[in-house]
Amino acid sequence: MGLAERILQGDVRAASRLMRDIDDGFSSAIPELKALYPHTGNGYVIGITGPPGAGKSTLVDQVTAAYRQRGKRVGVVAIDPTSPFTGGAILGDRIRMNRHADDEGVFIRSLATRGHLGGLSRSTLDVVNVMDAMAMDVIIVETVGVGQDEVDIVQMAHTTVVVMVPGLGDDIQAIKAGILEIGDVFVVNKADRAEADRTVRELAVMLEMNRLADEDWHPKVMKTEASRGVGIEELVGEMESHREFLYASGRIKHFLEEKQARIFVELLRERLFQEVFRPITVNGRFREIVDGLVTRSVDPYSAVEALLAERFTPKR
Amino acid sequence: MAERKLRVLVGKPGLDGHDRGAKVVARAFRDAGFEVIYTGLHQTPEQIVSAAIQEDVDCVGLSILSGAHNTLLPRVCQLFREKKADDIIVFGGGVIPPDDIPGLKAAGVKEVFTPGTSTEDIVAWVRQNVATH
Repeated sequence: MGLAERILQGDVRAASRLMRDIDDGFSSAIPELKALYPHTGNGYVIGITGPPGAGKSTLVDQVTAAYRQRGKRVGVVAIDPTSPFTGGAILGDRIRMNRHADDEGVFIRSLATRGHLGGLSRSTLDVVNVMDAMAMDVIIVETVGVGQDEVDIVQMAHTTVVVMVPGLGDDIQAIKAGILEIGDVFVVNKADRAEADRTVRELAVMLEMNRLADEDWHPKVMKTEASRGVGIEELVGEMESHREFLYASGRIKHFLEEKQARIFVELLRERLFQEVFRPITVNGRFREIVDGLVTRSVDPYSAVEALLAERFTPKR
Repeated sequence: MAERKLRVLVGKPGLDGHDRGAKVVARAFRDAGFEVIYTGLHQTPEQIVSAAIQEDVDCVGLSILSGAHNTLLPRVCQLFREKKADDIIVFGGGVIPPDDIPGLKAAGVKEVFTPGTSTEDIVAWVRQNVATH
């Protein structure tokens, strides 16, 4: 029996194995993903992002518990950075989520970025799809600790939650660009700290400056103390409101169109690149081109044009 | 061509609260280029086994300083067998008397590292004895 079939029958080992194949770039994963695809598209994907140390993992743990209480099955994809020097990684997000480890209604997978920028790993989307096919009602994606423009999550998640903490800098940081433009819900975590109310106010002021029409979604700023479970019900309520808004307003159509178009373009880009690049690494042509570039007997623009012309012009 | 990246879970079963050693080993594994799932303190054998399966790791390294190794390590091995996941290799480290080691190995623990072992030796052992699956 293939992995996809076993996954659809609830085999957890098959699911984690397929995720490994995806992450390691095995081409054997493609037919399995094709087989799972008709069973995807049902999960509610929540993105949780914010700077390192903001409490994202603890918040994910609490939100997971809240959805479990509502009887929902929860998948978690937690991403941590790969060392650019050794290729190794310490994936420590599970430390905050251990109480769910032996709950069969929860599946947690840690992924390393493996050099991918943007706050996610290259494999994240496909891993989310596997969880979707495992009939997870809610899939929470926790990005690496991000700074300013690692905003890939917004294209993947129905609802993006941006987690901030008091005292990270003045309000000019917030108006530069980036994560303050992607939140559907904002959270000031560690709200027991002295400066919490000021941070909430500053965020609210920034958000008011967004030019939103009446019929647009207006992001709110919530306060939580994730380590004590304070504010979690309210947060989940607000996320659910956003999800309802997506459907009630019809925005879901636009979201799905953009998401699917992007997935297609990314896949095409990757496959085209491999199609052209892989043969020349095998047949020595790549080496020749590099040598030519080093001695400046050819320029990179002409080298690429020549290669593409050879590859895609039909031979007479 | 695609290549397997070695994944290892480092955790601390049981009640002792000293995780310095586990963290040092986790860091050494990271520097060796492995992906390390670090689950932290106070894990039950059930939590460890279930996390190892969800993470599809090749091996599990458990640090025990509490003296409960004769209970906890065999229990982890037994649970892996019950879940038909005993291809995941279990090794341990900590304050473990030499007399206990043969019994642990008989229970399925592949290797036991006692105080004084260098991180280089542990990394080298993993490279030699753990094949990515």
